[in-house]
Amino acid sequence: MQIFDSFLLEAVINGILLGGILALLALGLNLIFGVIDVVWICYAELIMIGMYSVYYAHNVYHWPLALAFLACVLLVAALGALLHVLVIRPVLGAEPINQLLVTGGVLFFLQAVATLAFGVEFKNVGVSLPALQIAGMYISFARLIAFGVALGGMVALYLFLKRTYIGTAIRAISQDRGIMPLMGVSPNRIFVLTSAIGGALAGLAACLLVLQYDIHPAIGLSFGPITFMVCVLGGLGNMVGGFIAAFIFAQFISVGGYFLALEWGYVLAFLFFIGMMFWRPQGILGGK
Amino acid sequence: MLRLENVSAGYGSFQALFDVSLEVNGGESVAVIGPNGAGKTTLLRVISKLLPASAGTVSMEGWPLNDVPAHQVIARGIAQVPENRRLFPKLTVEENLKMGGFLAAARARYAERLEFVYSLFPRMKERRAQAAGTLSGGEQQMCAIGRALMSGPKLLLLDEPSAGLAPVVVQAIFGLIRRICAEGYTVLIVEQNIRQVLKVVDRAYLLETGRIKTSGAAATLLASDEIRKAYLGL
Repeated sequence: MQIFDSFLLEAVINGILLGGILALLALGLNLIFGVIDVVWICYAELIMIGMYSVYYAHNVYHWPLALAFLACVLLVAALGALLHVLVIRPVLGAEPINQLLVTGGVLFFLQAVATLAFGVEFKNVGVSLPALQIAGMYISFARLIAFGVALGGMVALYLFLKRTYIGTAIRAISQDRGIMPLMGVSPNRIFVLTSAIGGALAGLAACLLVLQYDIHPAIGLSFGPITFMVCVLGGLGNMVGGFIAAFIFAQFISVGGYFLALEWGYVLAFLFFIGMMFWRPQGILGGK
Repeated sequence: MLRLENVSAGYGSFQALFDVSLEVNGGESVAVIGPNGAGKTTLLRVISKLLPASAGTVSMEGWPLNDVPAHQVIARGIAQVPENRRLFPKLTVEENLKMGGFLAAARARYAERLEFVYSLFPRMKERRAQAAGTLSGGEQQMCAIGRALMSGPKLLLLDEPSAGLAPVVVQAIFGLIRRICAEGYTVLIVEQNIRQVLKVVDRAYLLETGRIKTSGAAATLLASDEIRKAYLGL
């Protein structure tokens, strides 16, 4: 047996592809935390709602998939803005623990609503993309698309934050909220807009995940916790840190899963996370 | 241009301003001087609507600002350089300036005003790609003034521009403020450094424990016994 066989390479490549989607998941959460200083515990549940919206639009109402995806992104963006206006804004000045509890409440609320409205049985959009066979390796086409779109989404967000007036204001408000009115900027509007962008990123993630996973009301639990861990590992609120952490985590899961068993990949990743929390509790690129 | 009539304001049960009336005419430079805790910063916060007045009226060019939200005050032509500069430390100098010109009307004239600010503060042009948090105190003050100028204000409010700066730098900053006044800007400046500021402005109001004590031409105040004894130690 070769030391560096193609199965290992396949695991590494799959890890990179998984890293892309994890990075996208972490991006929205980090944006919200970095700008508004609030953690959306219910972030993955927004994605779950988005996945259902794709299913209903495409499989029940027979919209073309592209239109269903667009609707999903817009719907979850609107949900993000609504979440801010109805839930976050009233507790902006409250203790962090209260803010966590209230978004935690939204998590259970959304799960319960999904269970009542959509039932507990698994749903699938039934779009199966082929696996690409390259040099004896099998690469999931769905994952490849997810990776590409996630990367594209991140670059678009980066350019938006870097190049535009609104984007600069979003970065500025995270540094000094109090003087934004002196610039002619309403902090309120920036927060609603940021929440909508965070929602849109969740919607984009929903479109990509729906190609790979079945949909059920508790699907958020299978990637919510890992998203938080990626964010914390990178330094909560630090988008670059989250990006790096996503790829580290994904390699643990994928390569660890190759050497042992798939479940062991997650165990290794979580052990690594716990170790890192002792060594660098502020995260890879976190401040204090 | 700017008129305050019987303005009172405070924080909770603490009243910081009592019946303050003052006026700034177009083209004038006016100072509000007074000791620490007199309510000078509160006064500017009221004008910018960051703090609501509990009584009285603030009006700009004859229009009352009572119902204008804080983020629209700048659209009325009032830009403020806040206490302690308050730059966005992680944004570059140029991005800070860009934030000062956030308003739609200011965006259209961004290039022209940036050029003006850079001609006023050539140091800012050298440091434009540097994070604002890494600038020296004097440079930060220049950047903060430049940021306020980016909106093309009719009235510039300056809150303690000399605070926390070395004496040599204070001299330089007051020299720059003199130049800005000479450019035709109307300026209202709040300052503890009474001797320096009275040499720059046309008129001044003396604010003590939230009340206007006296007012007059800067040269007259500088020569008055009241100011000389209490504040200049002469």
